[in-house]
Amino acid sequence: MTPLENDLTALFITLKLAALTTLVLLLVGTPIAWWLARTRWRFRFLIEAMVALPLVLPPTVIGFYLLLMLGPEGPLGMLMQALGGQSLAFTFSGLVIGSVFYSMPFVVQPLQGAFAAIGARPLEVAATLRASPLDRFLTVALPLARNGFLTAAVLGFAHTLGEFGVVLMIGGNIPGSTQVISIAIYDHVESLEYVRAHWISAGLLLLSFALLMLVYALNRRFSLVRA
Amino acid sequence: MSIQADLQLRRGEFALDVHLDVLERGISAIFGPSGCGKTTLLRAIAGLEPAVRGTLKVNGETWQDADHFVAPHRRPIGYVFQEPSLFAHLDVRGNLDYGLRRLRGKARQDSLQQAVELLGIGHLLARQPQQLSGGEQQRVAIARALAVSPALLLLDEPLAALDRERKNEILPYLDSLQRELGLPMLYVSHSRDEVARLADHLILMGDGLVQHSGPVAELFARLDLALAQEPDAETVIEAEVAGYDPEYQLNWLDFPGGRFIVAGKPLPKGRRVRLQVMARDISLTLEHQRMTSILNIFPATVEQIAATGVAQVNVRLRVGNTPLLARVTRKSADALGLQPGKSVYAQVKSVALLV
Repeated sequence: MTPLENDLTALFITLKLAALTTLVLLLVGTPIAWWLARTRWRFRFLIEAMVALPLVLPPTVIGFYLLLMLGPEGPLGMLMQALGGQSLAFTFSGLVIGSVFYSMPFVVQPLQGAFAAIGARPLEVAATLRASPLDRFLTVALPLARNGFLTAAVLGFAHTLGEFGVVLMIGGNIPGSTQVISIAIYDHVESLEYVRAHWISAGLLLLSFALLMLVYALNRRFSLVRA
Repeated sequence: MSIQADLQLRRGEFALDVHLDVLERGISAIFGPSGCGKTTLLRAIAGLEPAVRGTLKVNGETWQDADHFVAPHRRPIGYVFQEPSLFAHLDVRGNLDYGLRRLRGKARQDSLQQAVELLGIGHLLARQPQQLSGGEQQRVAIARALAVSPALLLLDEPLAALDRERKNEILPYLDSLQRELGLPMLYVSHSRDEVARLADHLILMGDGLVQHSGPVAELFARLDLALAQEPDAETVIEAEVAGYDPEYQLNWLDFPGGRFIVAGKPLPKGRRVRLQVMARDISLTLEHQRMTSILNIFPATVEQIAATGVAQVNVRLRVGNTPLLARVTRKSADALGLQPGKSVYAQVKSVALLV
């Protein structure tokens, strides 16, 4: 592989990882956020604190424990082996699992905020108009939280793009399989290839900036989430 | 419509303990001060208060008891909230169609058509909710609730968030709803005016309890209730248009007990109207005054007298079958020798036509 091919592969893996992670997070995070926004359980803060942990923990801590969980000796790793698979450490699937944990708050929190901002009233109105609970969620909560979903998706995607510590711990640095763009940059700097590092770094910078601009521009245009 | 409710809720300091058995056509008003549990009762009937315990039967069907809880979306009700609460992501037509599309079987398209016409919102269908005035939004919300052809319409102070002008814009629509559709309504309000104007039946609430329940005309004229102690104590009288005097532009309005003569444009003969007579606008005489400018003078019998304040008394009269409340000074009551059973003449200085 030429260095350019190598970088392009790393970019492709990164985008694939971010897209898959975002998809999984929207599927997993939506019910969590919905529950957090609506429950009156008094220990709700426990779950909220757990979801928020990746905001403050060094990524290496998350990566370390995930490695123990996913490795051949860990519970998830043993489960996978018992099912006839291989341990998830140092695989792309392992990266997706790690990224889901790592980016969880960036998806759950905007969704929770959006659901909470809707309030109970529109859903009660829908109930008196013959809509079942699922119907209410799909036809009232989702459209009213539309902006929260855009924010959540973009933040989840952008945050996964910039992942480094977790990936290094559980994915290693296998070119063509688990080497992502942030690690490729690190490699280039290590070997003093500053020009290559510049190209990728500047590209990532612009892409992240563009995505965040999108989030803030959308949040200004639709006032629904901030109501 | 019949409602049998036996519902309890305890939430912090607040306790609701309602025993209610109403069997009424028309509009039943749940009336009482803020925080007395009116809204909670209405929400419980709609199934929106899952923490409420007890039993609830509407039109013979059990909606709630120890073993059953009919989910709100399966109850044949319409609900109008205090704020219009239109769906912000749908236009007016989308809001109106929302419930209609969820009706099983052959949805009655004409119920929507009728609601749109009754509430005069045909020209607003393509608008977004944010573009409507408060009064227009509430009219759309009422039409949206009517579109599902409810068996019972629940209204939670639908006019409270509106200014006087907007109220007067909507009140006639509510009146006509009742007249045109004959739809039973439960109407939560803390406004006497609205109750006097709209309600046939009154459910008085206080401190989480139903204190009294009965026809509006009866309860307004009860001397033992707080209603009669207020400065604007009044009687509500149902009457029917019997004729018109074109020369003097006077309507003849017959009620069980006599005929009111009220100035105004001619009303269609046979139409039911509602009259409001303030207790302070009635004076009492022992003899029938002939030479007087007052048109409405009725022979009446004193039923009951109760002090209100230090200088005044409320006198409950009966004119034929109709109760009538008068407020006079204690001095006058003594001078006339008023006591239960005494025959007097009630001179009504002014009367307001409510419809």
